[in-house]
Amino acid sequence: MGIRHRDGQLFPWPYAISYGTQRVHDADVLVLGGGIAGVWAAIAAARCGAKVVILEKAATERSGAAGAGVDHWQWAADNPASKIPPEEFAQALVDNHGGYRNGISTYVQCASAYETLLELERMGGKVRDTDDEFAGAAFRDDESKLLFAYDYRNRTVLRVWGHDYKPLLREECRRLGVQVFDRVAVSSLLTEKGVPGNRVVGATGVHCRTGAYVVVRAKAVILATSRPQRIWTFSSELRGLTTFRPPSCSGSGYAMAWRAGAEFTMMEKSMRSPFGSPYSYPPYGSGNAINTWYPCTIVDANGKEVPWVDADGRVLSSVAERCQPAQSQKFFIMGGGSSSHPHPGLKQYLGPRPIPDLEQRMLAGEFTPPFYADLTAMPDAERRAIWGVMVGNEGKTRIPVMQTYTRAGFDPARDMLQTYDFLRGHGMREPVLPQERTFGEQGVCGGMLVDWNLMSNLPGLFGAGDLLFGGQDHSHAATSGRYAGARAALYARSVAAADPDPEQVAGERARVYAPLSKRAPGPDWKELNAASARVMQNYCADIKNDELLRLAQIWLDDLERNEAPRVGASDPHQLMRVLEVQDILTCSQMIVAACQARKASSAYLHFNRLDYPTLDPADWHKWVVIRRRGDGVEVGDRPIAFWGDFEPQYRVRHAENAQAMKTGPRKAVAAAA
Amino acid sequence: MNDEARVYATPNAPSPGNPVLFDASICDGCNRCVTVCLEDILVPNPEKGRPPIVLHAEECWYCGPCVDDCPLPGAIWLNHPLQQRVRWKRKETGEHFRV
Repeated sequence: MGIRHRDGQLFPWPYAISYGTQRVHDADVLVLGGGIAGVWAAIAAARCGAKVVILEKAATERSGAAGAGVDHWQWAADNPASKIPPEEFAQALVDNHGGYRNGISTYVQCASAYETLLELERMGGKVRDTDDEFAGAAFRDDESKLLFAYDYRNRTVLRVWGHDYKPLLREECRRLGVQVFDRVAVSSLLTEKGVPGNRVVGATGVHCRTGAYVVVRAKAVILATSRPQRIWTFSSELRGLTTFRPPSCSGSGYAMAWRAGAEFTMMEKSMRSPFGSPYSYPPYGSGNAINTWYPCTIVDANGKEVPWVDADGRVLSSVAERCQPAQSQKFFIMGGGSSSHPHPGLKQYLGPRPIPDLEQRMLAGEFTPPFYADLTAMPDAERRAIWGVMVGNEGKTRIPVMQTYTRAGFDPARDMLQTYDFLRGHGMREPVLPQERTFGEQGVCGGMLVDWNLMSNLPGLFGAGDLLFGGQDHSHAATSGRYAGARAALYARSVAAADPDPEQVAGERARVYAPLSKRAPGPDWKELNAASARVMQNYCADIKNDELLRLAQIWLDDLERNEAPRVGASDPHQLMRVLEVQDILTCSQMIVAACQARKASSAYLHFNRLDYPTLDPADWHKWVVIRRRGDGVEVGDRPIAFWGDFEPQYRVRHAENAQAMKTGPRKAVAAAA
Repeated sequence: MNDEARVYATPNAPSPGNPVLFDASICDGCNRCVTVCLEDILVPNPEKGRPPIVLHAEECWYCGPCVDDCPLPGAIWLNHPLQQRVRWKRKETGEHFRV
């Protein structure tokens, strides 16, 4: 198979193959994953004077879930126009998830999102309306020229021009002398003496184009490798459309940290997928009333406007009211019905939204499907903000929607874009099945457990961004990355480098190259991924009990032992994909183990145990913590708000970080170099 | 139909198979899109100066930096699978269109 020349010959592999070639590098701080969290971590660590190396599976210039752009800068409660202090806003976010949200990184986000954005502005990013395009608009603070989204009174979410933030961050890495190795898929963490549970002293990876083996020795390691996709939903032919985050986010960071003995929490939470079915439109590909499109008017097939209501149930009479809290509220978190989606959330933080009983009213004949997002009905400034600043800067809409639809003739001043959100009168984009779930495509999900230094239980192993338990979104990745970068650099100052264990390095090398020597016909990586996803759909989905979970465990262990070793690869790209699916399998096993450990149902965790049906009993209102110990799983827990008071913990570290970042880089590179 | 054409035995290709399209008269084969692709679905064309080859079509995430960062406008564009095309209606006339 393969792509053929006109004469029928296969193309030779376009890159020089160097399987087995071992490159060894040294770092004070090694950053794994060069997405948003990773580059911010690298920049902060480099500012602290650390020698920094990034290993990135794609190209750092654009890689990561938000590499193509960003439109919202969330929860910047530290911005000058915000009416809500970081402490209050972070607590609201945590409470709105029933306590199951990372109080540490959420507070870091709320307290430093604007501070971080100012740093981006100094790199050349556009963060305010300097051209006065929106002068006088209700969502603009005319003094600072900042634009806001959702709650125009309380102003914690910024609208930004983020389409080029990632290239700017990559350039800053270069300027600060960060060593970036692109197209390297990280495969393992190295621990002192090669023993799981010990201090982390480096990592290994494989080059996705040449197959070369890469070893980095480091005093501190920051995992910023996002979350696993493709756990429940996988389509072999529409792979790229079955995931909200990039499909190559395979949870490899989770898997390698698990093997190294790191603790994880909230791994039992999964949600019915809003995007992840194999029939999904490109996320945001149609019009809607949430997120990027908030607060767009929705009309039915006859042009009849769908009313909006606030948290008090009051029907709103103007577009302006959709961006104001209800009378009973001080502020709201998000709007459009998505503030808490898809968990219950609290009424006190629920934003305005189209009527929640639209489906019933449509079935009763009051509204006629299909529905449309009617930008023509929006005030001029709102229309330009949505089909301009927002759609034009968010990565997954800038080219796929704004450019593609404009090219096809769509005109926001004249045309109404069909909204598949409301095709059946409700907010799911597609008729996804209950078992078509997502672990962390969207929303707050489980991940690596960390302390106030964003360090795991393994000394020297830090985490940032989507890989952290209970964190979420772009500014969370940026702020937690920046904070972790400084903490890791400070840690690195306090320890000596340790040599990796040669046996561990050699063992990992044998493991990663094994798929290249498979000759007998076995399943390919896609078949294995599809099998693993089907196991999760059948035995670890919307309904669970001990027996279903036991079968899930048996099936996954069987796939790991008997099928995964038969999956071969014929080039470095396929090798990367095979290793990814092995990690997806490991992540699935972690999820099943966590589901077995929580013996209580929870609405907030979307966790339905038929054998423990009582929802959210008080004695289970805690974090279930899992880690690998030998061949088994050790289960522990933490109190729900184990992080204590936000401000005192943060203040001292923030001051240390700020001081350390004044050190300056070891060797800055001139801009023109 | 050309009886002289050589016919090969080929398996079905992954489908949809054209996530990005190139205009070979504009593209100069600089491979900038190959460099930035998140999923590494593109490889350089063995013929220098020609558009890259989509080697792993089904892995495309449809994110767009390949288009956004292309130095030659119009050389490359996204091509959504047919089953992913979205419709819209012109408010004044009721006419229907699609991507």
